[in-house]
Amino acid sequence: MGLVEAQEQMSVAALPVPGPIERLAPRARLLATLILVIAVTLLHGVPAAAAACACGALLAVLSGQGLAPLARRLVHVEGFMALLLLMLPFTMAGTPLITLGPVAASVEGLLRATTIALKVNAAMLVVFALLGTMEPVRIGHAARRLGAPLRLVQLFLFTTRHVEIFRNEIRRLREAMRARGFVPRSTPHGWRAYGNLAGMVLVRSLERASRVEEAMRCRAFDGRLPAIGLDEEGHGTAACPCLALAAGASLILLDRLT
Amino acid sequence: MAHIPDGVLSLPVVAGGWAVAAGMVGVSLRRLTEAAIPGTAVLSAAFFTVSLIAVPVGPSSVHLLLSGLMGLMIGPLTAPAVMIGLALQTLLFGFGGLTTLGINTVNIALPGILIGLVLGPMVRRAGPARAGLLAGVGAGLAVLATGGAVAAALALSSSDYIPSAKVLLVTYLPLMIGEGVITGFAIAFLKRVKPDALMGAAVS
Repeated sequence: MGLVEAQEQMSVAALPVPGPIERLAPRARLLATLILVIAVTLLHGVPAAAAACACGALLAVLSGQGLAPLARRLVHVEGFMALLLLMLPFTMAGTPLITLGPVAASVEGLLRATTIALKVNAAMLVVFALLGTMEPVRIGHAARRLGAPLRLVQLFLFTTRHVEIFRNEIRRLREAMRARGFVPRSTPHGWRAYGNLAGMVLVRSLERASRVEEAMRCRAFDGRLPAIGLDEEGHGTAACPCLALAAGASLILLDRLT
Repeated sequence: MAHIPDGVLSLPVVAGGWAVAAGMVGVSLRRLTEAAIPGTAVLSAAFFTVSLIAVPVGPSSVHLLLSGLMGLMIGPLTAPAVMIGLALQTLLFGFGGLTTLGINTVNIALPGILIGLVLGPMVRRAGPARAGLLAGVGAGLAVLATGGAVAAALALSSSDYIPSAKVLLVTYLPLMIGEGVITGFAIAFLKRVKPDALMGAAVS
């Protein structure tokens, strides 16, 4: 094998292989996600919720993203749910399962908590699998293609473009605070420092806003960007939402039968 | 904690949330001149990134909603700014949900807009210290209202949630304190450094 060939093979191997989900058209992915998440919302029983969760896990594996970002998201979701799920078994009336002093965990409550946990995780997995690798800009264009209001999409696109700028701005301001010996504590001094930090970021954003507006006016911006909602190539524009619809309908059917 | 995930609420509550959110966002966007879209977006991005800062409160830390601050600075445009911020949270970090985007927008943006309407004139006239105090109390109340709205959304979805929803309100206490204090200091800072930031002139 020649050197050039070997190098070519190496560079090919280094590129991330686009999974089957990556080849789908963005708006098909967005529509399919919405259909599946709404279907998950409609489920009531453990079997269908478990099936939905399994489908979500399968999609997440198919999407070819690592476990680390998935684990991060799961921790976020579980944090919100902990209170709700821990309290439900003890606050729902029904057949007692375990008695802890004056309170008893009911079977009904436990089933209910399990269902909700499965539904929340199923929806999270679907969003992660189908939209996780799409940058917000592509999702904005896809949303426009699906009929989202133009002004809202424009605002969304301009916002995403500036988020990174302000994250860097905040990082620099916090580095400057650290350089002056600031330690984050919940003291009046610490809070005043955070208040000033927030205020400073907003002052700079107001100045940037007027600069951007002037710059856009110089380019004869009249509020319309002709390149919003352009079609992106990809497969499954019709098949993917149809598949999602079929999957969602069968999940709901399974839910009503069990 | 104000970001209700997918799969918790019932469909009528989800649909109702979307209807109210669509109304709020639609009305405020119709009043926005098209040339002001980029400037509004820059401010939305600033609010979104500031809300990502973890502020220490007691032994733990909180992420601010900034709804009171937004209501005072950009008024009704808080609705689209919050909706876009929540959408980005869901897409980038998996916080909140897609079906609950409507109800979450209402829960967070509506109290902020109301605070802006009620306290705005007073905050604009007051000096830095008084304005900060007023805004701080207002921002704390906005968080309390958001907590109440989240609890109400849960209770409306299923009566089984009611005991948990009551406990959920208690967990809003640290956020209320952090939000109130930081908003107060931020408004006092803006009053001293850039007094016209609160005039609503920035986006009109």
